[in-house]
Amino acid sequence: MSKLLLLGDEAIAQGGLDAGISGIYAYPGTPSTEIMEYVQMSKMAEERNVFRRWSVNEKTAMEAALGMSYAGKRSMVCMKHVGLNVAADPFMNAAITGVNGGMVVVVADDPSMHSSQNEQDSRFYGKFALVPVLEPSSQQEAYDMALSGFDLSEKYGVPVMLRLTTRLAHSRSGVAKGKAREQNNLKLPEDPRQFVLLPAIARKRYKILLSNQDGLELESDKSDFNRYLPGEDKSVGFIACGLAWNYLLENFRDTPLKNPVLKVCQYPLPRKLVEKIASDCDELLVLEDGYPLVEEALKGFLERGIKVKGRLDGTLPRDGELNPDHVARAVGLQVKAGKDIPSVVANRPPAMCKGCSHIDVYNALLEALEKYSKGRVFSDIGCYTLGALEPFNAINSCVDMGASVTMAKGAADAGLFPSVAVIGDSTYTHSGITGLLDCVNDRSPVTVIISDNLTTGMTGGQQSSATGRIADICRGVGVEPEHVKLINPLKKHHGENTDIIKKELQYEGVSVIIAQRECIQTAMRRKKGNKSKQ
Amino acid sequence: MKIDIILSGVGGQGIVSIAATIGMAAIGENLNLKQSEVHGMSQRGGAVQSNLRLSDREIMSDLVPSGEADLILSVEPMESLRYLPLLSEKGWLVTNTTPFVNIPNYPDIEEIMKEIRAIPNHVAIDADKVAKDIGSPRSSNMVMLGAASPFINLPFERFEEGIRRIFNRKGEEIVDANLKALHAGREFAQNRK
Repeated sequence: MSKLLLLGDEAIAQGGLDAGISGIYAYPGTPSTEIMEYVQMSKMAEERNVFRRWSVNEKTAMEAALGMSYAGKRSMVCMKHVGLNVAADPFMNAAITGVNGGMVVVVADDPSMHSSQNEQDSRFYGKFALVPVLEPSSQQEAYDMALSGFDLSEKYGVPVMLRLTTRLAHSRSGVAKGKAREQNNLKLPEDPRQFVLLPAIARKRYKILLSNQDGLELESDKSDFNRYLPGEDKSVGFIACGLAWNYLLENFRDTPLKNPVLKVCQYPLPRKLVEKIASDCDELLVLEDGYPLVEEALKGFLERGIKVKGRLDGTLPRDGELNPDHVARAVGLQVKAGKDIPSVVANRPPAMCKGCSHIDVYNALLEALEKYSKGRVFSDIGCYTLGALEPFNAINSCVDMGASVTMAKGAADAGLFPSVAVIGDSTYTHSGITGLLDCVNDRSPVTVIISDNLTTGMTGGQQSSATGRIADICRGVGVEPEHVKLINPLKKHHGENTDIIKKELQYEGVSVIIAQRECIQTAMRRKKGNKSKQ
Repeated sequence: MKIDIILSGVGGQGIVSIAATIGMAAIGENLNLKQSEVHGMSQRGGAVQSNLRLSDREIMSDLVPSGEADLILSVEPMESLRYLPLLSEKGWLVTNTTPFVNIPNYPDIEEIMKEIRAIPNHVAIDADKVAKDIGSPRSSNMVMLGAASPFINLPFERFEEGIRRIFNRKGEEIVDANLKALHAGREFAQNRK
């Protein structure tokens, strides 16, 4: 059969479908978005009636996936690394309840922060929760791991994490597809109290999870994804995790690799294989894309064992995405250097699109705030975060999904008045509603601007979960109806919009201004689509 | 045999269509392929690049190592210079000369052209103008691919096939416009090679 040309993300999606998932749950987030999008476009998913709609946030997605597993079916849940923070509560506890149908948690990390606010390494969450972690080094492995992830999950009754990074998520290559498996039948857990984490039951469940650890370690030792390559130069052995394996081999494309190498793509760390390379070699060099998880584990706090090199001792950079050049230098090879970037080349940061509604929102807000001192605008995660850059310099925070509302509240509680939040519609429904309820309960003097472009814009225009119902939700939470204002962010309404914002800034209670106009990208796409249909 | 290509431009200029066409051409030759794309925040009018690697052997890294790119194919002149550290000594730089100005501090275009001309193996083509001249102003990307095609060691028919397959669902007219653009770009580059 000919190979499919798939992104790492898409390979996982196809792997999940072929593993017989009955549902996939996710909230969009770079670099994980394309997993769900692939399934949504998939004919096979349609034929099999696989559930494939976006969730309100990663926590609801994780819980729904666990519910599907409870009912005996296989489920996949996908998110970016910081999304796992949102879903950490159900994730940690799903390790304790265990699963019934197989459950694979796909987390796409973003080292070097191409589109993120940090570069946390999700393998730590896997270790924290005591569940197996699979880390593909290629698109083919991404596909294969989706399949074997479900096997592992059902064999041990635990959720399995599949962790990848931006580079693989968004790189395309040939993938050989296997045979598709049937979905599971509906079948409730044999023990009706398995998922009831009352302390007495949770303690038992936790012991079961602990007792599985030896077995999981053994699985890693036997796994086809982990491999030991002997070598005659035993002065240093290389441990290459995930993508680092590729970067290592890339550097030895034309020269023989004489050192022993341990490829690690399945965790917990394969104990026997690690012991083998450590006893064979004088030193170890750990290559991993992310935090120095393996390096730290092997080094130990007291550093009394074998010498371990990597990111912690400066052999590799401490932060940022790994690349073939870093690995070349770390293993003592010359890096071919091209010419330097000429000094004439200017930075070209991303910017809001021409005609974007957020631009008109910021223009009105900036004018309304003119008479106040600077530093009053708390913002959030989305395209409008680009309002931090020139020429707007309009916002003073971007921390996590929903934090604009609650940080504005905290600052208002501290005495900052007026205090403003700027949040998008999808981010508001993701994690802004509960914060707004805090504001209402305390009658905090905040002005919340919901820049509602009717979509999840930054990730490419996915459905936003409460389009058309944002004002109802605000009123339902308890914002006084006369302080839920709707404006149309267009240049021609600039004057009246500015006046409305000015007035609400002076209100010493909770006010919400919904600035509603469709995202220019989705609007253009819709127009094109309509045209081609005609 | 290996061909490492850096495609560069500005988010929204559609370098993915070039990558997809080369990808199709490579598959026609039964080559292995790895192609990285940029999604997410940087897409919004920022600098974007795609690493495209073709080989008859297994390709390991998704990223092209420094100094190993055989070709930089850029749809924007300033962006063509951003990836020079990746270009090999013998590599070619093929760039569009029409600037995409969306930043207030965009440098003087003459300064940029001076740097481009300083690269011994370069082709600088006003792809927007060529596309306009042949009556298909929206196919400047395929003009660029045509201009780069002499430096990608694949049979030219493969690129034509690639265009047919990629643009097929958009109708014959679009396919023809893009094929014309491909030929115009190739002709330009061959006269300068």
